[in-house]
Amino acid sequence: MSPVVELDHATLQIGGRAVLKDVSFAIQPGEFIGVLGPNGAGKTTLMRAILGLLPPAAGRVTVFGRSPQRGDASIGYLPQLRTVLPDLRVRGLDYIASSLHGERWGLPSIAAADRKAIEATLDDIGARDLAARALSDMSGGERQRLLLAQALMGEPKLLLLDEPLISLDARHQEVVIDVIKKVCRERKITVLFSAHELNQLLGAIDRVLYLGNGQAELGTVDEVVTAPVLSRLFGTEIEVLRAGGHIFVLSRGRDVERDAHNHDHDHGHHGHAH
Amino acid sequence: MFEYEFMTNAFAAAGIVAVVSGVVGYFLVMRGQTFAGHALSHIGFAGATGAGLIGLAPLWGLVGFTLAAGIVMGLLSERISNRDVAIGVVLSLALGFGLLFMHYYTSFATQAAALLFGNVLAVDHTMIATLAALGAVTLAALAAIMRPLIFASLQPELAEAKGVPLRFISTAFLAIVALAVSACAQIVGVLMVFTLMVGPAAAAQRLTKGLWSGLTLSAMLALAEAWLGIVIAYHTDWPVSFCIAALSAMVYFGALAMPRARPVHLHSHSH
Repeated sequence: MSPVVELDHATLQIGGRAVLKDVSFAIQPGEFIGVLGPNGAGKTTLMRAILGLLPPAAGRVTVFGRSPQRGDASIGYLPQLRTVLPDLRVRGLDYIASSLHGERWGLPSIAAADRKAIEATLDDIGARDLAARALSDMSGGERQRLLLAQALMGEPKLLLLDEPLISLDARHQEVVIDVIKKVCRERKITVLFSAHELNQLLGAIDRVLYLGNGQAELGTVDEVVTAPVLSRLFGTEIEVLRAGGHIFVLSRGRDVERDAHNHDHDHGHHGHAH
Repeated sequence: MFEYEFMTNAFAAAGIVAVVSGVVGYFLVMRGQTFAGHALSHIGFAGATGAGLIGLAPLWGLVGFTLAAGIVMGLLSERISNRDVAIGVVLSLALGFGLLFMHYYTSFATQAAALLFGNVLAVDHTMIATLAALGAVTLAALAAIMRPLIFASLQPELAEAKGVPLRFISTAFLAIVALAVSACAQIVGVLMVFTLMVGPAAAAQRLTKGLWSGLTLSAMLALAEAWLGIVIAYHTDWPVSFCIAALSAMVYFGALAMPRARPVHLHSHSH
């Protein structure tokens, strides 16, 4: 089977700065990949390259065996929540409908078939009630589920989820992970799931893609989440402790994932982009 | 009241402008660009007075300047149009230029008040025809880009990934806003375009959840405020723009005070 996403000595640059340098890995069909790494390590950049929004400065990126194409309908995408529209009273159903064929010109319209498909997808993830609710009345967890339903529209083969757990409490994080895991196993969807903390993902992911220091390491958790590999990716000495089914990644005694997460949490509240 | 031609003209012109303002304003509020709309009208003031200086009709100076400014703001979108300070500096500069142009064309000064605060009672048939054409072009252009505009406004990151040309959409939209602002300024003046472009639209967004219901309510509110404003002005002899502004503020704050249709759900597990 040919890989779904393959990077072959690829370099990804933003504004002249190489975020990922000479990176190679291949993601196989049906894999659930946890994408981890410190802030600025290139998680969003990698997804933008897969979406065809950022051509590699060197090397090759292939998706489904060809160059990434902008607007590829076989990719579902859940962007990091950057656009904050707090007072917008738009129904969940209309919100998703606006993204279907949203690139076409003319007046918006919603076909009966589209409406049914949206409701069916919301049903699949146990969020049917969101169709009639206003976006401004939804909690963070509900919005993430709405966005997840949207990403699943059109039967994608590959799902790119950029920090879907951000600004969710632990219980809602679990719910979101379980829903994604279940739906994607059933539909054999390949998933790239970026997050700040590894531990919640341990039960869901097949392999982990750790980014850092311009490099990327793809492998099982036991292969990648080790002191030598992470020390290289973080560019500093890292300790990895395993206790009670949890993994702690420490730098000089501090939990780097938790620090990164808290840091980003603050940003999320203020609506900043990275 | 309708036996006077200036009154029927006023109702016709205000009606056209109110519907266009209500519809375009709905998207301005949705995109959070109301301040950009405000700035465009001020830039238009310099255009209108400048046009007077070289012997053109103020409306075409207004259209030309706002359109050019709207396109430039759209092209610079990420750098300029969402930066309140930059917009504020540019709009003050534009007002300053407007003042300078008036300084050199003193006979124009009598028209300045009309430009700044509107003078719907002085509208003639030619102006109505012009406003109708301007309104038709504005609404047709908006209809052409409405679908990608909504997608790009609600979810820019996803829209970009799905192939929506974000920069073109935002530039085209600000050009549309420029045309609507030019028309709106004929009725309520450049200083008060908020009353018809933002007040009704913001109130409508508070009160509705659907796109079409919101657009319809926004246009209806703008129309009701404009027409009722003229009626009140007729009976009280207060300035029309004041009456429209007062109604607009009342409707907006009334909508804010209304309880929301549904209680806020704090958790997703309510079922």
